[in-house]
Amino acid sequence: MLKSAGIRPLMAGALVMAGVFFGASTALAQVTYIRGNDANPETLDQHKTSTIAEANILRDLYEGLVIYSAKAEVIPGVAESWETSDDGLVWTFKLRDANWSNGDPVTAEDFVFSYQRILNPETGAKYANMLYVIKNGEKVNKGELEPGELGVRAVDDKTLEITLENPTPYFLQLLTHQTSYPVHKASVEEHGSDFVKPENMVTNGPYKLVSFVPNDKVVLEKNPEFREADKVSIDRVEFVPFEERATCVRRFEAGEVLSCSDLPAEQLQSLKERLGEQVHVVPYLGTYYYALNNKRDDLKDPRVRQALSMMVDREFIANEIWSGAMLPAYTFVPPGIGNYEGGGPKVEWADLDPLDKEDQAIALMKEAGYSPDNPLELEISYSAGENHKNTATAIADMWKPLGVNVTFNVRDGSAHYSHLRDSDDYEVARAGWIGDFSDPVNFLQLWESDNTGFNYSKYENPEYDKLMDQAAAESDLAKREEILRQAEALLVEDAAVISMLYYSSMSLVSPKLKGWEDNIQNAHATRWMSISE
Amino acid sequence: MLAYVLRRLFGAIPTLFVIITLSFFLMRIAPGGPFDRERALEAKVLENLNRVFHLDRPLWEQYLYYLGNLARGDLGPSFIYRDFSVQQLLGSGLPISIQLGASALLLALLIGSVLGTIAALRQNSWIDYGVTAVATFGITVPNFVVAPLLSLIFGVWLSLLPAGGWGNGGPANMLLPVITLALPQVAIIARLIRGSMIEALRSDHVRTARAYGLPARMVVIVHAMRAACLPVVSYLGPAAAALLTGSVVVETIFGLPGIGRYFVQGALNRDYTLVMGTVIIIAVFVVVFNLIVDLLYAALDPRVRYD
Amino acid sequence: MTDIATNTPELAAGTAVKGRSLWATALMRLRRNKAAMVSLLILILYIFAGISGPMLSPHHYATVYPEYVRVPASLEAYPRAEEIIPQAESVLTRTRLQIDAIEVNGNTLHVEASSEREIDPRMTRYLERSDIFSNVRIVETSGDSRSVVMEADVERLRFLFGTDANGRDLLARILVSIRISLMIGALATGVALIIGVAWGATAGFLGGRVDNVMMRVVDVLYALPFTFFAILLVVFFGRNVVLMFVAVGAVEWLDMARIVRGQTISLRRREFVQAAEALGVSSGGILRRHIIPNTLGPVIIYMTLLIPKVILLESFLSFLGLGVQEPLTSLGVLISEGARNMRSAPYMLIYPSIALTLLLFSLNFLGDGLRDALDPRDR
Repeated sequence: MLKSAGIRPLMAGALVMAGVFFGASTALAQVTYIRGNDANPETLDQHKTSTIAEANILRDLYEGLVIYSAKAEVIPGVAESWETSDDGLVWTFKLRDANWSNGDPVTAEDFVFSYQRILNPETGAKYANMLYVIKNGEKVNKGELEPGELGVRAVDDKTLEITLENPTPYFLQLLTHQTSYPVHKASVEEHGSDFVKPENMVTNGPYKLVSFVPNDKVVLEKNPEFREADKVSIDRVEFVPFEERATCVRRFEAGEVLSCSDLPAEQLQSLKERLGEQVHVVPYLGTYYYALNNKRDDLKDPRVRQALSMMVDREFIANEIWSGAMLPAYTFVPPGIGNYEGGGPKVEWADLDPLDKEDQAIALMKEAGYSPDNPLELEISYSAGENHKNTATAIADMWKPLGVNVTFNVRDGSAHYSHLRDSDDYEVARAGWIGDFSDPVNFLQLWESDNTGFNYSKYENPEYDKLMDQAAAESDLAKREEILRQAEALLVEDAAVISMLYYSSMSLVSPKLKGWEDNIQNAHATRWMSISE
Repeated sequence: MLAYVLRRLFGAIPTLFVIITLSFFLMRIAPGGPFDRERALEAKVLENLNRVFHLDRPLWEQYLYYLGNLARGDLGPSFIYRDFSVQQLLGSGLPISIQLGASALLLALLIGSVLGTIAALRQNSWIDYGVTAVATFGITVPNFVVAPLLSLIFGVWLSLLPAGGWGNGGPANMLLPVITLALPQVAIIARLIRGSMIEALRSDHVRTARAYGLPARMVVIVHAMRAACLPVVSYLGPAAAALLTGSVVVETIFGLPGIGRYFVQGALNRDYTLVMGTVIIIAVFVVVFNLIVDLLYAALDPRVRYD
Repeated sequence: MTDIATNTPELAAGTAVKGRSLWATALMRLRRNKAAMVSLLILILYIFAGISGPMLSPHHYATVYPEYVRVPASLEAYPRAEEIIPQAESVLTRTRLQIDAIEVNGNTLHVEASSEREIDPRMTRYLERSDIFSNVRIVETSGDSRSVVMEADVERLRFLFGTDANGRDLLARILVSIRISLMIGALATGVALIIGVAWGATAGFLGGRVDNVMMRVVDVLYALPFTFFAILLVVFFGRNVVLMFVAVGAVEWLDMARIVRGQTISLRRREFVQAAEALGVSSGGILRRHIIPNTLGPVIIYMTLLIPKVILLESFLSFLGLGVQEPLTSLGVLISEGARNMRSAPYMLIYPSIALTLLLFSLNFLGDGLRDALDPRDR
């Protein structure tokens, strides 16, 4: 069924699903996976991409040098093996025989072209900085060097050599990101930025693009040229974007989608009661935090920042306000991240008895000169969103005993984040950070003093910067981890930021869908899954 | 008549120009830009993006650039949906919004005029009060409550209809969104029809018609209905323009690919070109529907004339 | 109502004889309209609730009860009798005391506890801190300070409409939201009224080229998408609800201006206006004395319809997450919050919805009633 695009089913959504379920027993039937996605992909160009919704789709369309397994372990992709030079700077990848969906072989030159393209300033790549680790990457992106001078070279058709600026222990992690997927050189040269149109797109992954209608769906079909096509069991994937998460839940319950990629936190409890095992709440590489503007007179004093941080009852916010959709956080780097096996530094006051914690915090505020009689006026800025509002409200209430009077300033997302970037008059500001790759550096680099667009706390500590530089130069993983931990300990000691919650990924997964493995990256390629009755 | 239509349409060009200019600058002075999201961008990357989209130029230059493109019929590339031009986005979304809006409008007209007529003929009876109460109820409940409730009841609990999704415009997929859109319109139309119908029934020509012994039903349908249409027509102008250009609430909650969402997504994400595109479409619809209203008026009421 | 209509000629004649003003007649007609009178009563109740409700309510609208997050609406007081002891036990586990005996007598909690170490008297604060217990006192301490007897009053709180996602009393929130929603409606309508009447009357009275230009401006603004404008206004004035709805009023005056202009044009041709002109009364004077007062009828009707429109607009903005700022709230904010919690906490949707529906119902019926009363031709 649905072989030709000419057939226009009356109730496509519902009927196709029904048809799939009831017809799947016959060998001929096509297996379709209707998959809820976070939002619309803004682009299917792997060099312009920046969102998770795009990552989910591109993961099915393309295959990078290395890929994530079902459990999000890094496994060989197009590269069947690789070697590193002794200084850790030169990586040589041996490519396997793999084809593009039009039958062309995947060559090292495709990768060279791709990496030059993403770093070319004219591409306007949002995530170009992911590949700044490649030699000359930053300079090419700044327009100081020609793309040809990038540290990527095709030794022959099947050998790719990448030279790095510094030894980068998380380099393989970076290569799993969608920005590192190859593009088909010939079709990009032919169609320019229109190579992403369904009629032009040539992919090297398990699926190829059939159609993309924004706000409706993105349809993929199995790519018969894929090197492991025989192991791919789902024939067709339809990614349905859900801006309104409750809508996905309803369509899931109505049997119209087989999985949802995000859930409304306020419904989590009732969902668990109704749907039990189908609700997956899994730790995720993300931190929800309040930046404290260190440059403001009233927040300059670390004692004040410390007291504010101590008074935040993370358990309450995680369990009541977010209904268990988040985990309480005391340090900035989320647990479970790669290259940080020992975890973050100890936060001494974290396990204190709540009353002692409160007494200490009040005492700190007194030392700094604030008390209920001489209150501190603070403004919490946050972006529009139900739970951001409830979180801010709860925190304002928790800070009352310190003598902190809170006012709120809510803006729409764009205004909020541009304000954080461009101005310095905010005091306390909500923000979140989702890791791009599994390494503590991805989190800790936010607080380097020269990282102006990201360092919302305007934290400036030369010692911290020095430790971060040391870590960047260190190739011994154990030593590096120790240095990073010291840096994070400084962050905690200075209370530069209120690390409040760790994100969880929340999904609904139908029992019919097999092969969905929970993982901290929340990466679930369709190729690992199958659908059963 | 044709001359009148042409004059009106030409007269709308300065109006559109003012609207485009006003929206362009209002949009640009709003804080934040298209690339300010939860995930901040590297300063260098942002600079590259601004250059690609000409945002590094002075505002007046961007304005002239936009006008120049517009004159050639080019609405520009979308800032957020980078694989599409604004024309492509609106071109695929507008037919869907029109389809939904027109269905809702027809449904509302049909039900609204039947209810309104019944209420008017049975003025001050329980039927009348019932209709008025139900009609008022339709206006008072926000559609972001109605939409998820309908989807929950008919999609999830009763499993009669799809809980959401466009499904290539299948009637089953359209039913709930259309009902949600029509509900407040039914209410308003029923009230308008009722009011003017009562007035019309009492007017001289209807009395005369009755006195001539024409059957009551004929009188109502032919004479009263025609007079009662006028306020509905003048209400429907702006209402149709609004309905046909999509509803962000209904499209978001049911997951439909219309242009109502682009409008709000565009404004909140500062997708300048996309917003401008939707603003222009809505303005054109308002102008055209005002014209249609005036023409209909002339057709329905012999006292009104245009030359 | 039929009889009102048939009596109209007599009434009008009577007006002339007894000198009864248009307004007195209208009031009389309005009084006979039951639906409108009930609506008026409800509206007065709402205004009263908006003004004094937040003061009368037992809970403050911003008070957070962390132990009562999203508790359902109930006539019974919280905590329920059977929950008191488990609650006390869970609070006391933090003190790491050995609880020997625990019981509730009426509204008093009685605890006997011991420890292997000396007991810090500060531990009563654990109980005190909880929303449930107050006035915690140590009745008896043993000689070695290793066991204590303490008592505490049990606070029984009533949440008639339940609590919200932060643990705030929904009834108190609804009361304050009525205040804000009414204020928003009145404010925007007031601004629209002032601009619309002034604009429309001036255009209609001066006529000619001025009228053309002024109405052209109205046409242009009319075609400007309103949602776009509203969203931008939030972006600009989002922090200040007053400013923001002043701004909403400043774009909602277009219909008002059209209505008033039409009225003015027809009034201009009336004898009393021409007489005033002949007597040399200034244009401003004529506008103020004769024209504007005579346009008030349709204007008032329009106002009763504009207020609901503004309140619904605010609820739409709340749906987009751009509503009124904390700790204040509005009916729109409460309903959009309720719509999100529809399935897990339906009461969070039901009560604010009832409050909004009732308010909009009465505004609509009052508007209808006023139209019937002020415009004798109708019905």
